[in-house]
Amino acid sequence: MAEIEEGKGLSQSLHQSAAAYAVIREQFADAISDFDANETMPFFEVIETEKWPDIALFMRDHPKLKFNYMACLSGVDYPAEEKLGIVCNLESLGAFGHRIAVKVKCSREGGSIPTAAYVWHTANWHEREAYDMFGMQFTGHPDHRRILCPEDWEGFPLRKDYKVQESYHGIKVPY
Amino acid sequence: MQELGMAEQGSIRVSRKDDNVVVIEKDLATEEMLLSMGPQHPSTHGVLKLECMTDGEVVTSAEPYLGYLHRCFEKHCEVVDYPGIVPYTDRMDYLAGMNNEWAYCIAVEKLLDIEIPRRVEFIRVMVSELNRIASHLVAIGTYGIDLGAFTPFLFCFRDREHILNLLEWASGARMLYNYIWIGGVAFDIPADFNKRVKEFVDYFRPKVVELYKLLTENEIFVKRTKGIGIMPADVAINYAWSGPMLRGSGVQWDLRRNDPYSVYPELDFNVPVPDGKFSDIGDCLSRHLVRALEMEESLNIIEQCISKMPGSDGFNPRSAVPKRVRPKAGEVYARAENPRGELGFYIQSDGKSTKPLRCKARSSCFVNLSAMKDLSKGQLIPDLVAIIGSIDIVLGEVDR
Repeated sequence: MAEIEEGKGLSQSLHQSAAAYAVIREQFADAISDFDANETMPFFEVIETEKWPDIALFMRDHPKLKFNYMACLSGVDYPAEEKLGIVCNLESLGAFGHRIAVKVKCSREGGSIPTAAYVWHTANWHEREAYDMFGMQFTGHPDHRRILCPEDWEGFPLRKDYKVQESYHGIKVPY
Repeated sequence: MQELGMAEQGSIRVSRKDDNVVVIEKDLATEEMLLSMGPQHPSTHGVLKLECMTDGEVVTSAEPYLGYLHRCFEKHCEVVDYPGIVPYTDRMDYLAGMNNEWAYCIAVEKLLDIEIPRRVEFIRVMVSELNRIASHLVAIGTYGIDLGAFTPFLFCFRDREHILNLLEWASGARMLYNYIWIGGVAFDIPADFNKRVKEFVDYFRPKVVELYKLLTENEIFVKRTKGIGIMPADVAINYAWSGPMLRGSGVQWDLRRNDPYSVYPELDFNVPVPDGKFSDIGDCLSRHLVRALEMEESLNIIEQCISKMPGSDGFNPRSAVPKRVRPKAGEVYARAENPRGELGFYIQSDGKSTKPLRCKARSSCFVNLSAMKDLSKGQLIPDLVAIIGSIDIVLGEVDR
């Protein structure tokens, strides 16, 4: 019984996400990709990376969207595509309750993504963490530093081709 | 103001406003001092370091430094298979192991699309709510210590001991359980477990009231927390606060109610938010109050679980546990309401491997703590301690 109701809720939320996507698509047309309507995490991708802050602000402030809550921002490595990216899980908390995920990608070497820290405060630390682990730059970030690793750590640990440094301040690292 | 510079001697400056009021300003500003708090400071609840710029007793900015307890959770996830990650999640928020395991299992179960036996769901709700009470007891007890009240701490830990004994009886471990598995639980609960839990609920109800008298209504405690560290609701949402922190700001938001999972839709409970009579909405006292009220709601949930739980006849707690976890290709973001807020897991699966491509834990404390810089501006140093305590951080979860 509970499972059936849950299944219903899920497809209803998918319907809501699709409606929200349609509003964004209307405004930004080709700057964003088609809607990937899967049950576990419906998402779309930002193709023109430099438009990401505009899209973010639009998504937060549009009266029909109101994505005021950034639940999560995860850095991701796509070695096959030679890209790094972020996945943002957004939600309209208290207003509509719809959810959608946004992916933004940049090139693997020296790539940069414009920051969303001025749209959602919470993105500040999440982006610092993504930089710390993957090494993409966030242009315009107010406080662009490592957060979990030490400042002088070499390399970006969550990249798939990461090789750990031999020693750190005279301490043997791989044990 | 029109400055006439009538007399300027040393640090005293006299000036005149337009309406002939003479203003004498004594410039008492001294040099700003850098005060490093932590990582070994008792009131930072672990290994958080705060670099405070102080002007006398006033904090002009406080910058948190994290990572002293970074144990590479996300890196480990890439080399351990799905069921093997469960014990690692215990070690993130070590005060609420059950809730962490559950959030992770929900994420993987969503990817696998498997159905969970009903009794398992009730067992999960019950142990998680017990764990929530234990976690809140630590939060409230240590918050008392931060503000100089030592006795509530001992009372809280006495009662927490009963919960840990119960959970040890069910799972075999006191803090790091590895009890909730993908698709089930490790063991069925022991015979008579529900009876003992009921005894605990009956024992604990008066103790909550006792705790109100001891700490929540204590005049000194109220003076130290009321009106301190106020966070308006819209800023809290922008900072993606969750759990008791967000509810303390007056937003009635609880994932158990607003994004329901498991059997929570069948259970009847309130989502307490401060009404602004006893505390100022959004201050440290409100956040404390929400935690205290939530313990009673958890007791209600546990009682309902006991009466609604299906019997154990022919029940196998591992019947839905997959032999080999290899989800289809895809991504999932699933979350659950932890004692400290929303714990989410973003998992990316390539459909071939038994290990996740990427597993990110969205830790609630990490996000709640990120507002520290705004929250601490212009506060006094002793109030800074009250604010850190009210955020209720567990550094194991912040640093992962």
